[in-house]
Amino acid sequence: MSGFTQALTRGMWREIPPFRLVLGLCPTLAVTKSADNGLGMGAAVIFVLVLSNFFISLLRKLIPAKVRIACFIVVAATLVVAVELLMQAFAYPLYQTLGIFVPLIVVNCIILGRAEAFAAKNGPLLSIADGLGMGVGFTCSLTVLGALREAFGAGTVFGARVMPEAYQPVAFMVEAPGAFVCLGLLLAAMNALGRDAGQPPAGCRACGACYEAAARREGGA
Amino acid sequence: MKDYLLLIVSAVFVNNILLAQYLGNCPFLGCSKELGVALGMGGAVVFVATLATAFTWLIQTFALAPFGLDYLQTIAFIVVIAALVQFVEMFLKKAMPPLYTSLGIYLPLITTNCAVLGIAIIAQRKEMDFVTAVIFSAAAAAGFLLALLLMAGIRERYEVTRIPKPLQGTAIGLVTAGFMSLAFFAFSGMI
Repeated sequence: MSGFTQALTRGMWREIPPFRLVLGLCPTLAVTKSADNGLGMGAAVIFVLVLSNFFISLLRKLIPAKVRIACFIVVAATLVVAVELLMQAFAYPLYQTLGIFVPLIVVNCIILGRAEAFAAKNGPLLSIADGLGMGVGFTCSLTVLGALREAFGAGTVFGARVMPEAYQPVAFMVEAPGAFVCLGLLLAAMNALGRDAGQPPAGCRACGACYEAAARREGGA
Repeated sequence: MKDYLLLIVSAVFVNNILLAQYLGNCPFLGCSKELGVALGMGGAVVFVATLATAFTWLIQTFALAPFGLDYLQTIAFIVVIAALVQFVEMFLKKAMPPLYTSLGIYLPLITTNCAVLGIAIIAQRKEMDFVTAVIFSAAAAAGFLLALLLMAGIRERYEVTRIPKPLQGTAIGLVTAGFMSLAFFAFSGMI
């Protein structure tokens, strides 16, 4: 059972995706204008990640090694289509706010990275735990970043006022430059905090290379 | 003609795919440590994004839309892009070895580059016609190349700069990207 707990909690702090693994930066930057959006995006990613990890781990003995990336992408794409349809049916305003970043979950490095580094090597139960842990870690990061940007950029968090009335919102924070700077500084803060943990963030060479890097880290650890 | 010119300026500078629309950040931060690598990656993206948008436009218009299969867009596009990347790689290897040696190693990485899929989907959502979509995709990808090259130029300087330890690597890259994005904001007054 300790393996299960470990798989579940790893993604929540020690390898929290956007900060420690530096995976999935595009949605992290794009949808975190407010805490709401971050949470919504996170929920969609949890859904896709848990199910893709589950299916890939079930299929791992059937998928030939040579075409595994293509197979992973097709599995992820199918689930993303399901999420798109579900969001259109039950959360249409959110679907519109997130815009093209809903279909783009399919190329989110976290999905492929976890499929390659974890689900392709472990059983279904462990893979679900890993997907859930990583998904929750991703959601927390997005919500925190969203809350931070919303607080400084609009003076609210989840739409509720947190700054004093006299506070002048810094529009910079909710625009693109604010997203980059804010994430960069958070990353630096996490680096400073995690120094004793001895876990340097794996530099992400390119989206497609993420799973390789993740696999190598997994193999080396 | 003027419309196309405006479209190009808007896609390259005003709505820069990287700095204003947040697409393709992983290669942006990963492949921007050296100018040569940045040029190779950017060139490969321009090449593949233009081709991919043309192909996905045809597929959307002639294979998906007439049969009411629009909801399959995401899955169809990503499969087309993956196949296209593979095909381009084989074609370049056979027909244009010099180009293959310079772009070859970046091609497999492009399948999961969200800029490529993103450009194809944006062209679809804005309901562009074929010529507009192709011009838009080439221009947007050129914007990606431009941002990547600028970033690589800055980051080469960082090699000899003393940066506080927690900020090293991706963190300072993101902060730099933020200020580049701020600079690109100035273009939004142009159109």
